[in-house]
Amino acid sequence: MNKLFKLSMICTAVISTLFTACTKDLDRLPNNGLFADNVYTNAAGYKSALAKVYSTLALTGSNGPGSTDLSGIDAGLSDFFRMFWNLQELTSDEGICAWINDPGIYDLDISQWTASNALVGGLYNRSLYSVTVANSFLKESAPDVVAGRGITGADAEEIKHYAAEARFLRAYQYWVLMDLYGNPPFVTENDPIGSFVPPRISRTDLFDYIESQLKNIEPDLVAPQQNEYGRADQAADWALLARMYLNAEVYTGTAHYSDALTYSKKVLDAGYQLKPTFREIFYADNNVNNTEVIFPINYDAANTQSYGGTTFLVNSSINGDMDPASFGVPTGGWGGNRAKPTLPNLFADQSGSTDSRALFYGTKKEVDKVDEFTDGLRVTKFRNINSDGTVPADAGTFCSIDFPLFRLAEMNLIYAESFLRNGGGDKTTALQYFNALRERAYGNTTGDVSDIVLDDMLNERGKELCWEGSRRTDLIRFGKYTGSSYLWQWKGGVKDGTGIDSHFNLFPIPSTDLVANPNLIQNPGY
Amino acid sequence: MNLKRLLIIPLLLLILPAFAQEKVVIGSVTDSANNKPLGGVTVTATGTNVATATLNNGTFKLNVPANATTLTISSIGYGTQQASIGNGTVNVSLAGTAGSLNEVVVIGYGTTKKKDLTGSVATVNEKDFQKGTITTPEQLIAGKVAGVQVISNGGAPGAGSIIRIRGGASLNASNDPLIVIDGIPLSGNGISGVANQLAMINPNDIETFTILKDAASTAIYGSRASNGVILITTKKGRKGATRINFVTNFSIGTIAKKLDVLTGDEMRSYVNNNPDATAEDKALLGTASTDWQNEIFQTAITSDNTISVTGAAANIPYRVSLGYLTQQGILKTGKLQRGSLSIGLTPMLFDNHLRVDINVKGTYTQSDFANQGAIGSAISFDPTQSVYNSKGGYFEWIQSNGTFNPNAPANPVGLLNQYHNTGKTSRSIGNIQLDYKLHFLPDLHFNLNLGYDIAEGHGDFSTDDSARQSPASIAKDSTHAPYSGTKGQYKQTVNNVVGEFYLNYLKDINSINGNINAVAGYGYYDNKTTSYNFPSYFLDNDSLPGSTPINKTDIQQNTLISFYGRLIYTQSGKYIFAGSIRTDGSSRFAKGNRWGVFPSGAFTWRVNQESFLKNSKTVSDLKLRLSYGVTGQQDGLGNYSYIPFYFQSQNSSQYQLGNTFYYVYTPVAYAADIKWEQTEAYNIGIDVGFLKNRITASVDAYYRKTKDLLNTFNIPLGTNFSNRITDNVGNMTTKGVELQLNATPVMNKTFRWDFSYNIAYNKREITKLTANTDTSFVGNSTGPSVDFLGDQIQINSVGYAPYSFYAYKQIYGKNGSPIEGLYADLNRDGVINQKDLYHYKSPFAPVTMGFTNTVAYKNWSLNMVLRANIGNYMFNQVASNSGNVRAIIDPNHVIHNVPQSAFEASFQLPQVQSDYYLTNASFLKMDNIGLSYDAGKIFNNKANLIVGANCQNVFVITKYDGLDPEIYGGVDNNIYPRPRTYTLSVNLNF
Repeated sequence: MNKLFKLSMICTAVISTLFTACTKDLDRLPNNGLFADNVYTNAAGYKSALAKVYSTLALTGSNGPGSTDLSGIDAGLSDFFRMFWNLQELTSDEGICAWINDPGIYDLDISQWTASNALVGGLYNRSLYSVTVANSFLKESAPDVVAGRGITGADAEEIKHYAAEARFLRAYQYWVLMDLYGNPPFVTENDPIGSFVPPRISRTDLFDYIESQLKNIEPDLVAPQQNEYGRADQAADWALLARMYLNAEVYTGTAHYSDALTYSKKVLDAGYQLKPTFREIFYADNNVNNTEVIFPINYDAANTQSYGGTTFLVNSSINGDMDPASFGVPTGGWGGNRAKPTLPNLFADQSGSTDSRALFYGTKKEVDKVDEFTDGLRVTKFRNINSDGTVPADAGTFCSIDFPLFRLAEMNLIYAESFLRNGGGDKTTALQYFNALRERAYGNTTGDVSDIVLDDMLNERGKELCWEGSRRTDLIRFGKYTGSSYLWQWKGGVKDGTGIDSHFNLFPIPSTDLVANPNLIQNPGY
Repeated sequence: MNLKRLLIIPLLLLILPAFAQEKVVIGSVTDSANNKPLGGVTVTATGTNVATATLNNGTFKLNVPANATTLTISSIGYGTQQASIGNGTVNVSLAGTAGSLNEVVVIGYGTTKKKDLTGSVATVNEKDFQKGTITTPEQLIAGKVAGVQVISNGGAPGAGSIIRIRGGASLNASNDPLIVIDGIPLSGNGISGVANQLAMINPNDIETFTILKDAASTAIYGSRASNGVILITTKKGRKGATRINFVTNFSIGTIAKKLDVLTGDEMRSYVNNNPDATAEDKALLGTASTDWQNEIFQTAITSDNTISVTGAAANIPYRVSLGYLTQQGILKTGKLQRGSLSIGLTPMLFDNHLRVDINVKGTYTQSDFANQGAIGSAISFDPTQSVYNSKGGYFEWIQSNGTFNPNAPANPVGLLNQYHNTGKTSRSIGNIQLDYKLHFLPDLHFNLNLGYDIAEGHGDFSTDDSARQSPASIAKDSTHAPYSGTKGQYKQTVNNVVGEFYLNYLKDINSINGNINAVAGYGYYDNKTTSYNFPSYFLDNDSLPGSTPINKTDIQQNTLISFYGRLIYTQSGKYIFAGSIRTDGSSRFAKGNRWGVFPSGAFTWRVNQESFLKNSKTVSDLKLRLSYGVTGQQDGLGNYSYIPFYFQSQNSSQYQLGNTFYYVYTPVAYAADIKWEQTEAYNIGIDVGFLKNRITASVDAYYRKTKDLLNTFNIPLGTNFSNRITDNVGNMTTKGVELQLNATPVMNKTFRWDFSYNIAYNKREITKLTANTDTSFVGNSTGPSVDFLGDQIQINSVGYAPYSFYAYKQIYGKNGSPIEGLYADLNRDGVINQKDLYHYKSPFAPVTMGFTNTVAYKNWSLNMVLRANIGNYMFNQVASNSGNVRAIIDPNHVIHNVPQSAFEASFQLPQVQSDYYLTNASFLKMDNIGLSYDAGKIFNNKANLIVGANCQNVFVITKYDGLDPEIYGGVDNNIYPRPRTYTLSVNLNF
């Protein structure tokens, strides 16, 4: 037994040597992984991380168009703008989609969604994902953290701009959440990643928060038109404030029309010009000679690919019989979205030869069958071609059109509407801004009006901004979205439309997050 | 550790020859049941390493040391017997095989005798394997063991199988058992270019499968044992005359069942008489009558050959085998070729104190992968169109502008012939195991086991120019646009290393009539898979814009370090107490959660050793087993899921700021506190044998509880970089009963009938899924997507089995056919919405059975294997996708074919969430029936010949009306049909 004892001593020694030698092998790290300290080493690293915050608007994931940051939803469907567009347009008098077997689509077509609608949940997830990514960037770009990494001087100043832009992007996503969902969870850069249950924020409090954020970052943002293309500047900040103030009464019960007028005027005076030819705003080369777009989402057929954004807008609005190559998508054409009759009916002449904003294709306006793509006129506003008529390089299915998230024309309309809603200003200026859009559309002054009333605003917005994702918000502001005072085809699930309950003015908090986050409260009516 | 150096030392020592005085013993071994000679029986001079094996005529000749007095005669499945050498002629008759209690069974880190087993352990030996053309090892044991399911992934050449022992203990982590080949645990990582990792082992090299089912027997494998362990022992060399075995199988595979779809004439008649069909639709019809399934399937030829040589060279027992397999797929263009080499050396050194076991296996595989998309396309492609168009190209659906219709399916024959994918994989698994019995303390063994599993797989794939399946999202140029062929390649390497060292102390303590078997050890396991990334190219070698990968390689690596110990104490040969403990450290967890401790305990009472049964002539064995153990789980989990890090985006996922496109840095979602999933398991078992074990039975009942289930769930949004993460939330229980029955009802000199039957009942139930209990939470949707958009038909919910179906309850009209869109309002709120979905059955069979019969009459032997699953349900996605009349006339100007069953429901639109498509898929299958004839001696008694004929996948009895009722996961979506295979085999022994 003595031998056995000695032996076990030796073994113990051997084992403890092995233990210390090998347990370090348990620290395995991903070979292509970068850690915060490798990413945020200098201004260039910060910029690539900032590009991620921006890219949450355009990309579904970072491993190509088939990848997504979210799970539980098809990658192609999970794009921010695609889902935002579906919720804003299909539920309005503008768009209807044939893909009634796609998750969530039919409920939106007929304005009868629930808290488990895939797209209602998808956009909410995507917006809060963007918020989380922005929060993480802001945590890393706090002045003390930047200084702690030894970054000073011009680089530190540049990072200050980046941080202000990340705050703007986060404020934009909170605006989306406030507009569509009202009372979402609230997280900032001060909250941890991991086990944490975010509080709920009320719509009114969220309004105040977004407003204060946008005002706080103004001095740290670059002056209008002075930033690089695609990055937010002060004009973008003002444009979002103007849009938010225009709808403030809906959000908080308190009107802010004079603020809306003030901030739209700031943008209008910032040096932007309407692009002379209307349809070129929506062409593939709209990033060059840009005078009108205040803040775009940037897409590129080769470098920024997703199945959402303008790729979705172009392909879903045409099918193979419409010569996809002439839209710059020779392998595309998905045949889904087209107009409800209420959209072309805004135009007396739907051919486009009088008002060049009437961009339609097809002959049958009536939507007899929701899932028949040829029922309803097709909207051909977005084309993946250059203004000289050429097709951009790399044309296949993906598009290079940048989407104008804010453009000058909206500010013209906000000014005019705020004036009409007693927000101040003067009628001459209001008419001037209003007519400027019509002159561009008509090519001359024959479309000019000498007087405008509030109802003209909704129609003019429909003509100018249709298919750009603002219709639901506008209809709610005009009290026409729910109820039965204004009907459109398939509203409420019948062909000629029927009234829907006012609870549909807000989308529900998705049931998945209600389960995961006990602090949340479902919106009334769901 | 330098493997090469370690290999050299024993090899040098082996050359030393041993000279001593010898005498010759001759003799023969027969089967006591039928007096037939037994070949391959090991005959050893007791207490020495002098041994040989009997020839096929049962005879042997052995030079033994002059002082040897007895021989030990043993054979797997026949037990062991001692015989006195006497006058130099020894004729032995070995006892029947029905249940040989002295049979040695491999358990984790050591062996034990079957009679001393404390856990729930099943062994399947070569003679009990499934017969026929079996090209992947796991299929050898399908239906053979209670509670072990082997479900092939379809009929593609070399396709692997899903193996489930007692249903699996996890939800989102792996449910695969740990597979250990000759002491080398496989990593479970696949390799590109080969369909499944076990396909790299030649089934003809396998001697035994040992399946460890309960926690007491698996806990020694700790963290990787929750789903059971399968130990594979390959054939070894043995001393004696050189023996050559040649086995060849030639088989043809045919399609066993085709889906009944519309014929060309039926399609023309349907469309032309359809009031909804426009003139435009009717104009789409062709004049042909094509059976697309006939166009894509073929009669497949397989040839499988193995030659092995066993003997001893320079006193070193060896076995060398060479195999060559060539197997066609029944889907045209698919083919598998495999060459395999296996070398085993088992020398004994230092006066038998050092036992060396060296195994090296190498395989080279070349696989031509057919485009399996053709299977679904053949179901839905318009039968009125011919394969080729008037210009000799493939018929495809064309749009008005002359380009391919992107919404139409592709020509199935074109999908096959215009797609090329060949993978080539080399793999080697090997180990050297040194078992050293101390000279001064022979009760103590040092055991060192060093092993590796390395592989390299690569391949090339391409699609032809202008093929329908080559839509370039980026067109090459105006002359190629938009359907340009592309090509690409893939490559992976696997480097897995295993190092184990343990001490084994075996001691009889005669003073108290006790026996100690103690093990203490250390293990190091490192698994590393490197994937190489390549650009994609057009066929003229221009690279696709943006396809140049950002990272040249992706490395996935994980490491596991273990310490373990086991003590088995046997009192009076009757009472066996066993306990084990293992602690594992995994690189997949953060430092604070890294180490898991997994204990087990077991007690066995050999009742038949008690005085009241010891002399019973009826009851030959009676054993009661009780066990408890905790095992862990970390496989199937991301290697780096606890680590916060960023990754750089791909070329196509950049973002433009100014005039520059930036690669974006994406933070990944992580679960900082992720830890071990733990399963506690209880097992009670009774083994009983009657009439000298001509009848044996084992009954096991178990209860298993998994806590901290690794579960993918929705997190409160805003708290991580995704909406779902995988973390430890949830509990699950499993209950089950198993019965295994073996009997030899008839046994005489000319006739013998063996049968074995097993039945298992298994019920799994999720008991917790969320961190906070919320009764309104229905569950997490799960399972494969049942339409092209990712909708799922299955759900994990508390109170139900994993992967339960979750659907609307279809309402039927008076004529018995379902009414479209009309579902039961189960919550009676007046609205049919997702609140009316209900849990309906599970895809996993609660009851599984296997039934094997072997009837031998003189030189003939008839063997059949039947298998049944009862209570498993299937979602028929093939029917739900196409089973509606709207699916025929597509508004996108395409005519699609549908199964005839579409007209039974006459739905207009797909009803993907209706329980109409959920059907009972219980089945009885005859896997195998075969007849073999032992022709005895040929070539002047120099060789022995056995010939056989076999049919696999003989019949299926089921109510399920899809192609095959046995699909793992319960969603039928165009499975690669399992062929019916007819095999002729020749087995020659020299």
